[in-house]
Amino acid sequence: MSVSRFWRKIPQRYNLIGTQCTTCGRYFFPPRSLCPDCRRSGKIVDHKFTGEGTVVTYTVIRSASDQFEHTTPYVLAIVALDEGPRLTTQVACLPEEAKIGMRVKSVFRRVAADGESGTIHYGTKFVSAE
Amino acid sequence: MRDVAVIGVGCTEFGEHWGISFRDLFVKAGALALDDAGVTGENIDALYVGNMSAGRFVEQEHIGALIADYAGLATNHVASTRVEAACASGGLAFRQAVIAVASGMEDIVVAAGVEKMTDVGTGASVDMLASAADREWEGFAGATFPGLYAMIATDYMHRYPLTREQLAQVAVKNHENGAKNPIAQFRNRITIDTVLNSSLVADPLRLFDCSPITDGAAAVVVVPLERAREFTDSPVRVLASAQASDTIALHDRRDISTLDASVAAGKRAFSQASLTQKDIDMLEVHDCFTIAEICAIEDLGFCKKGEAGRLTEEGATALGGEIPVNTSGGLKACGHPVGATGIKQIYEIVNQLRGEAGARQVDAEIGMAHNVGGTGATVVVHILGA
Repeated sequence: MSVSRFWRKIPQRYNLIGTQCTTCGRYFFPPRSLCPDCRRSGKIVDHKFTGEGTVVTYTVIRSASDQFEHTTPYVLAIVALDEGPRLTTQVACLPEEAKIGMRVKSVFRRVAADGESGTIHYGTKFVSAE
Repeated sequence: MRDVAVIGVGCTEFGEHWGISFRDLFVKAGALALDDAGVTGENIDALYVGNMSAGRFVEQEHIGALIADYAGLATNHVASTRVEAACASGGLAFRQAVIAVASGMEDIVVAAGVEKMTDVGTGASVDMLASAADREWEGFAGATFPGLYAMIATDYMHRYPLTREQLAQVAVKNHENGAKNPIAQFRNRITIDTVLNSSLVADPLRLFDCSPITDGAAAVVVVPLERAREFTDSPVRVLASAQASDTIALHDRRDISTLDASVAAGKRAFSQASLTQKDIDMLEVHDCFTIAEICAIEDLGFCKKGEAGRLTEEGATALGGEIPVNTSGGLKACGHPVGATGIKQIYEIVNQLRGEAGARQVDAEIGMAHNVGGTGATVVVHILGA
């Protein structure tokens, strides 16, 4: 991922800042600039999520792309935030600890790096809150 | 709108073609299709080429022009268009060709698909395939393509009675069919133990649950039905052509284990053709992973949610079964050159409906093709009839 592409979403990636449509109240993470329900009549504002959520489904990645290969095995999950939206994220736990329904909370972590001299990608992962 | 027919098909062998270039793969498939159709290059009005990622696999864009050039059609100035919808690029190219002919804008049109995947290493290939999902919010977190389908499998197996053995049977059945297909990448039979003893890729999916990395190309020729008899005694009619979209990311879907775009495209296709599931004699579905075939059979309405595993175990989807699924060997055994797969599905159905499928021939007059892009963000469904 290019430096500018990573940089422009730093607040969202570091601090779990998504958006909300104040017309219908729906929350979005990943952030959306257009509400799919209200479309042009929606009004979108930033929203910082609490970072608390539940594992909807998960897997353990054993074979990854070059950027992530050295961190395998890792737990990848879809987490439903308590405010409603779902996101794809890593859960920092042992493979055998992951389960559907597990309560989790967000943490700031190193996610990946663009090679040895490229950008280090920090972002949000989740850990057990049980 | 005019009725449309397929009058010729061609396909290269699927596999690791170290010695054949991207353009030569296409030329080979195109020549086979034109031979089969009995048309010459000068007759062709337009080309639609499905290709997912030549820009990254072989560092070549502008595929439409390249293909037209090396097919010998540049000096005819044929209209040539590249179509992209990740792994559904081939199905979408076929649909564009059908629309072009149905509309009356074009008469003799070639729909093709091509992908040359083995010029890059496996790690790079895994990364490219992940771009069929949401790069910024799935790929960024470390999601691989098998990983996303694995999360569908985890959700599915948590909610429905699907056993690991039933899931493995999808691959066993598709290898059985692939063993009878001269163009298949894998023509070896396997057992449930082969699948269960293969290495984990993304739990619960193992290596033998996954379709391979493949080079290949396929092409078909479509014309208005009213002109089909000029070229062939056995035209195959296009009875329906439907397409649907859904959210790019799996996490935004209404239901993780249901591809709503498959449901929508399937319903549209049945409605267009005025047919029901009972009328379909064979299915080519998008089994990029074993769980994907299970979902496809259910989402297209051939059984209720949670029943496809048992049907597979009982042999209902095998060659001699009630509704043969993936007689070609599917993506799993025939191979999955992503942009070519959707056209290969049409190739297989046309061969079956003409009675030219050799050792894997089934008794079929109507077939359905189901081609998925990403984890279900694009789905294309076609129904063909003899």
